[in-house]
Amino acid sequence: MTLDWNAFTPWTALAGGALIGLAATMFVLLNGRIAGISGVLGGLLPPARGDTAWRVVFLLGLFAAPWLWRAVTAWPPVTIDAGTSATVAAGLLVGFGTRLGSGCTSGHGVCGLSRLSPRSLVATLAFMAAGFVAVWVIRHLFAG
Amino acid sequence: MALLLSAFAAGLVFGLGLILSGMTDPAKVLAFLDLAGRWDPSLALVMGGAIAVGLVGFTIARPRSVSLLGSAMKLPTARHIDRRLVAGGLLFGAGWGLAGFCPGPALVAMVMGHSKALLFVAAMLVGMGLFEWIDRRRRT
Repeated sequence: MTLDWNAFTPWTALAGGALIGLAATMFVLLNGRIAGISGVLGGLLPPARGDTAWRVVFLLGLFAAPWLWRAVTAWPPVTIDAGTSATVAAGLLVGFGTRLGSGCTSGHGVCGLSRLSPRSLVATLAFMAAGFVAVWVIRHLFAG
Repeated sequence: MALLLSAFAAGLVFGLGLILSGMTDPAKVLAFLDLAGRWDPSLALVMGGAIAVGLVGFTIARPRSVSLLGSAMKLPTARHIDRRLVAGGLLFGAGWGLAGFCPGPALVAMVMGHSKALLFVAAMLVGMGLFEWIDRRRRT
């Protein structure tokens, strides 16, 4: 392992993380709910009566964020190296996996760990481990 | 109405946090997941910052029976650690490592007009729908 000091952005990472934690805090204190993106989105498939509006509005807020960002400064970089088939496979895995495991990086990783949930700790360790292994296989085992 | 406004605000702040932290850039996410390469540890600080603030929020929230706006607290009650939880985490993590997108950042990048992000989100919705379909068939 070599540390990439040029790419390391500790302050924006911490500040951005704090904003994510603030959003989760606002949501649980004001609405009593977990700000897990896969859960918010997945609950719309199919939409249930009386349980749809808050999900749609939360997502609209999420969608408004890049536009508010754009009003102040330029779009941030988004570099997607994965090819078309890898992108589709990744989307299928993320969609299926987050529903099977009841959460993603936000629901388990941020909210669950903040609640000190052992269940979320196990889920987070599982998806982190799989993420590390997937990148190692793609970048070093096959490409090496 | 206040509940909906607060949901919008939470989504907005969440999205701004994702952009500011760098989570919406798959290249940065993959640089964090690439332990054997040139490692960018930034994302560990995103998680650390989020949990540091979240710990305060959830500690205040835990004993409450209603939210500040008067709605019922809908915190998860499940405590079991089973195969579904682990298998779901592993599948999600594999997909995360494959493209560098998790659900929130993918939605934000899609809105920024990246066609690959749109493709990812479409596939993600199919994956979620597929799970619902299989899960429903298993139960009946």
